[in-house]
Amino acid sequence: MGLELYLDLLSASCRAVYIFARKNNIPFDFQFVDLLKGHHHSKEYIKINPLKKVPSLKDGKFVLSESVAILFYLCRKYSTPSHWYPPDLHTRARVDEFMAWQHTAIQMPMSRILWIKMLIPMITGEEVPDEKVEQMLAEVKNSMQLFEEKFLQDKMFIAGDHISLADVVALVEMMQPMGGNYNVFLSSSKIAEWRMRVELAIGPSLFGEAHDRLMRLAEWDSSTLDPMVKERICELLQKFK
Amino acid sequence: MPLELFLDLYSPPCRAIYIFAKKNGIPFEFRPVELGRGEHLKPEFLKVNPLGKVPALRDGDFLLAESVAILLYLSRKYQTAPYWYPPDLQARARVDEYLAWQHTAIQLPATNVYLCKSLLPHFSGQPVDTVRLDRLLGKLKPALQHLDQEVLAAKPFLATEQVSLADLMAFTELMQVSFSCLFALWGHSGHRAESSALATLSPQPTAVGCDLFRDWPRLAAWRARVEAALGPELVQDAHKLVLQPRDPRDAQQDPRLAQELVHRLQERLS
Repeated sequence: MGLELYLDLLSASCRAVYIFARKNNIPFDFQFVDLLKGHHHSKEYIKINPLKKVPSLKDGKFVLSESVAILFYLCRKYSTPSHWYPPDLHTRARVDEFMAWQHTAIQMPMSRILWIKMLIPMITGEEVPDEKVEQMLAEVKNSMQLFEEKFLQDKMFIAGDHISLADVVALVEMMQPMGGNYNVFLSSSKIAEWRMRVELAIGPSLFGEAHDRLMRLAEWDSSTLDPMVKERICELLQKFK
Repeated sequence: MPLELFLDLYSPPCRAIYIFAKKNGIPFEFRPVELGRGEHLKPEFLKVNPLGKVPALRDGDFLLAESVAILLYLSRKYQTAPYWYPPDLQARARVDEYLAWQHTAIQLPATNVYLCKSLLPHFSGQPVDTVRLDRLLGKLKPALQHLDQEVLAAKPFLATEQVSLADLMAFTELMQVSFSCLFALWGHSGHRAESSALATLSPQPTAVGCDLFRDWPRLAAWRARVEAALGPELVQDAHKLVLQPRDPRDAQQDPRLAQELVHRLQERLS
């Protein structure tokens, strides 16, 4: 059995891994773990990843979780072009710095926007209180500002002149609210331009394909939602109240 | 100008970097940034780290934030012993996996527990909100369970057979949770604790889940192994601030700042 990647492209972390593997022609078996059907809770998947999260990588007997770790592993194992994770001490540190910061500053709030604007209302029929929504949006706005002022600045890409893992991770996460028709790129032309550069460097066709499931989320029939997932979402709503 | 490390030893990631630099004989200038005095929010520090957080590093003209990035930078620049960040593909991946996971699974909930149990009462003068504390401890529990029941069941350290950056980061985070509970009990009596005394303390009626080394035996054994690997004296040195309760008079030195910090903490913990 060759390399297996357990993915649902609804998840930004999965999209980063998918895009990177495809862009670098790394051969793998796409194992679809349907989050909306609760497959990540299934007995089979728990054997792969007891933390019940995607993405996971399985390479022979070796199982790895965490998209950042998976990206580094693929870089090293498949000796991908050095611009993805530059060897220069300082440049590499810039990538590491973003990869660390993004967990709580970008990924979490961007994902929350999708929940708040789309998934929670769709699934529970209830809206999240305006106050909480405003708070979330303010947090995202602050993160985008920091992204522009500290990480991007006047450079073409986060690490400098060339695209790296950091740009892929950043962009797929910022795309998450688009699934709920919320566009975070509108407030900054610098970031909008960076987005275009990254999409171009990845390849518009691959980028579009990776985001197709997310962009069609509004069409999804939420009555098919797995009951356990539904329960968790209702719990989430209570947290926001 | 030599390497500068901007640290507050009340912060677990700062302690991890402090221990790593000292253990590896990396020469540096210690630049204290007192979070309790809001120094991380001041313009001078924001020039060093616009993210307004510790730790931060300055190496000549090069500025770097984020503890994981700083540890990796130091390990590469000073070519530290391989066990910290092993060159083997899979072993390295395990360290990366922990360092990524811990941001939201350990660091975030552990920090919130500490803020609720220790910092908020210190600045507000109010007793600990136990309902909120229970909720926050509940968020940390699944991660502790995973480490104790799954990860440490298979090996002696979190990533590989030897201590690594993963253990270093986890160690200072979990020590924080453990200490903050003990001191909430003793109040501000000025009682000093030695780290060896931790082992001899009789069980206290603390909030459930707070005394995590008593609740999770494999984590307790792991803690002792990590302390032995790092060196008990160095661990004691790094933890000297958190080994004592805070002086309540500190909080009242700048009432306006205290109010600002309380407001931020309430918002964060709500």
